[in-house]
Amino acid sequence: MHGPRQNWMQSGAPWIWLTAGAVSVSLLIVFGLLGLIIWNGLGHFWPAPVAAFASDRGATQVLGQITGEETVPRHILTDAGEPVPEGMMLVRRYLVKSGNRELQGADFAWYVEPAMGPISFPADAVVLEREDWGNFYGYLVAIKEQGVTLAADAALWPELTARLARRHELRDRVRSIERDAIGAINYALEQLRLDRRTLELAGNAGAAELEAITVRERALEQRYATQAAELATLRQELARDALVIRTAAGAEVELPLTKIVRAYRPNAMGLFAKLGHYAGKVHEFILDDPREANTEGGIFPAIFGTVLLVIVMSIFVTPLGIIAAVYLREYARQNLLTRLVRIAVNNLAGVPSIVYGVFGLGFFVYFLGGSIDQLFYAERLPIPTFGTPGMLWSSLTLALLTVPVVIVATEEGLTRVPRAIREGSLALGATQAETLLRTVLPMATPAMITGLILAVARAAGEVAPLMMVGVVKLAPALPLDGNPPFLHLDRKFMHLGFHIYDVGFQSPNVEAARPLVYATALLLVLVIVTLNLAAIALRQRLRKAYSAADT
Amino acid sequence: MTNDQERPAADSAVDTRPLPPRDRRVAGPSPAPETIEECIAVRDLNLYYGDKKALAGVNLSVGKNRVTAFIGPSGCGKSTLLRCFNRMNDLIEGVRIEGRIELHGRNIFDQSVDVAALRRKVGMVFQKPNPFPKSIFENVAYGLRIQGVKQRRILNRVVEKALRGAALWDEVKDRLHENALGLSGGQQQRLVIARAIAIEPEILLLDEPASALDPISTLKIEELIYELKEQYTIVIVTHNMQQAARVSDFTAFMYLGELVEFGRTKTLFTTPRNRRTEDYITGRYG
Repeated sequence: MHGPRQNWMQSGAPWIWLTAGAVSVSLLIVFGLLGLIIWNGLGHFWPAPVAAFASDRGATQVLGQITGEETVPRHILTDAGEPVPEGMMLVRRYLVKSGNRELQGADFAWYVEPAMGPISFPADAVVLEREDWGNFYGYLVAIKEQGVTLAADAALWPELTARLARRHELRDRVRSIERDAIGAINYALEQLRLDRRTLELAGNAGAAELEAITVRERALEQRYATQAAELATLRQELARDALVIRTAAGAEVELPLTKIVRAYRPNAMGLFAKLGHYAGKVHEFILDDPREANTEGGIFPAIFGTVLLVIVMSIFVTPLGIIAAVYLREYARQNLLTRLVRIAVNNLAGVPSIVYGVFGLGFFVYFLGGSIDQLFYAERLPIPTFGTPGMLWSSLTLALLTVPVVIVATEEGLTRVPRAIREGSLALGATQAETLLRTVLPMATPAMITGLILAVARAAGEVAPLMMVGVVKLAPALPLDGNPPFLHLDRKFMHLGFHIYDVGFQSPNVEAARPLVYATALLLVLVIVTLNLAAIALRQRLRKAYSAADT
Repeated sequence: MTNDQERPAADSAVDTRPLPPRDRRVAGPSPAPETIEECIAVRDLNLYYGDKKALAGVNLSVGKNRVTAFIGPSGCGKSTLLRCFNRMNDLIEGVRIEGRIELHGRNIFDQSVDVAALRRKVGMVFQKPNPFPKSIFENVAYGLRIQGVKQRRILNRVVEKALRGAALWDEVKDRLHENALGLSGGQQQRLVIARAIAIEPEILLLDEPASALDPISTLKIEELIYELKEQYTIVIVTHNMQQAARVSDFTAFMYLGELVEFGRTKTLFTTPRNRRTEDYITGRYG
């Protein structure tokens, strides 16, 4: 008996549906994940309108940006002591960012709809982003110069914009003096201190040498004094202006302009103004240093640290993995031992990454780093140089973590080089080494790069081992700067993956941090995708050149 | 085993037992009347893959500037024998060789022999064209580059000469720097021959050089072999008996690892002395 159902079963169609369904589900998961991250991450920078409303039945006036809303069953609110009118089973409530932390204690608060008055969006509501204490919401009343109120008229807003620009310019000059000029002086002073210490440790400190150091120190201190004086003038200039802001509750607050990073009136902004604001915020996020325990500002040091870490790791792991694979595949006799080594290498890839972190801390940081400090940096002790977590040890730990991937991929590539090609080369009088270097290895490069891509993808997403061997919440200096030797692999660094963990779980300000978690995750994905695309493009070019390797 | 002693007796007429080279020139029945200088001499060669005996007591003499063909059914050991001449079998694990192969009187299996130098003297072309994934020019220049030749002038001259020698120059002279994998199968095989003769070997080993090619390309390769004979000693393995008859001066028929009959091609194809040879060339098995 062959009914239509049996026919359908026998046609193989269910199997096709099943497999296609699995693909669809996978795609759905991937795109859902990306979509969620993109939506939440990118939405954060859009200037939300500032809502003004009365709450607690008119008792308090609120001004702030509505960042979320949800519908909850009444008992949740009644349990919390919130009065809810009879007969309402579900109640709507809004999460409002009303800032002004120094006045209200918290930037975010929930407001229950039944207790709220009508919502309006006043055009003159101002949002001030500050260097600390978070946002401030209010209405601009006046601008003060040296404590004297300027004539309040219609040109108040353009005046504020102009003064804010001046403030940014001064601020940049202050920062450049602090970081570059004074930073270099401090670095030179530290070097001199170490030179002196080295002389003292050697025990044969000549008076002339010590004198020379003192002279140079004096010169540096003089330079420092000039810079410090200039800094003081700039700071005074900065302190000139202040704003008077009226809060929603009607109180007037004076805020020094030097602390204000950005001022805008979202309700008065057109689409293009909003787009401009958005671009500015994204720019700040990507290229600036973090502020306020990483909940504001940018994440540039984390991006930089992640990329540099991956690059340094690649420099370590690629030659090591390739050379090991060449030995295993080309030179070692294929017997039980090589098979065991191969199995061990494969299993190494499955060891939990935190184990590598522990190993890195014990072996690299304490043993290797400690020994290096004893031998070469004795003058700096007890302050460790390499005997402490840092970029070098992190990249080595990750290299160790990813070397199995490179070995396996390279071996696969070497296996795929046809025997005929090797024999052709040997038959022309090439030695085995010449055959390897001139023909086999070039043909296996696409496979090596595949290995590198996998290694990069794994390494860039690793956080757990890094927490033990070098990553920090906030690094005072980038591992690459203008002071010789320019690349400071002994320094600690910031990392996007750890940044997500830190902002998401260690932040005192959960509501403010949540969008940043998404935005940082999005950036991490983008960084990895960019690194991979670069490697894939390289592989594509090599494949064209050595197409026989893949046939 | 008894092959070594028994077989020549059974084959009565053919004596392939080892003789001192000088004697062989006059006494050996095959490379006979006009004096042919001996190039390679195989003496009592046994070859084992692990426990399996692949060549049994082979004795053979290859004449200089002559084409010697090895024929026989698949698995008879003719390619294995050919690959002994440039020690390609060294690459295969578990291969054990007994006996001698002398190149101008010197045993190539000797400890002191530089294998790379041997292979420069004994070039090889394989069954399937195996150009490197490089440009046509770089393929032909490969052997020279290995030897450290860098001067562009020399390379240009040698590449042109080799390509002309392999009758490929006119077809590729305008695209020397394109990838060699873009050539047709027949062109690739001639390129591989050009690559082999670019380092000016004495001997060319051809391992079924036309078996993967179409009839027209096969014809071209055969014509080429005829021309190359002037300068090189050629040993060719082929499945195709017509081909052996057309291109070779001497033919060796091999069967199950033994050299059954060896002689002038004309003689061997017209009046084979051994029954098995006759059966094979008349198509009764193979």
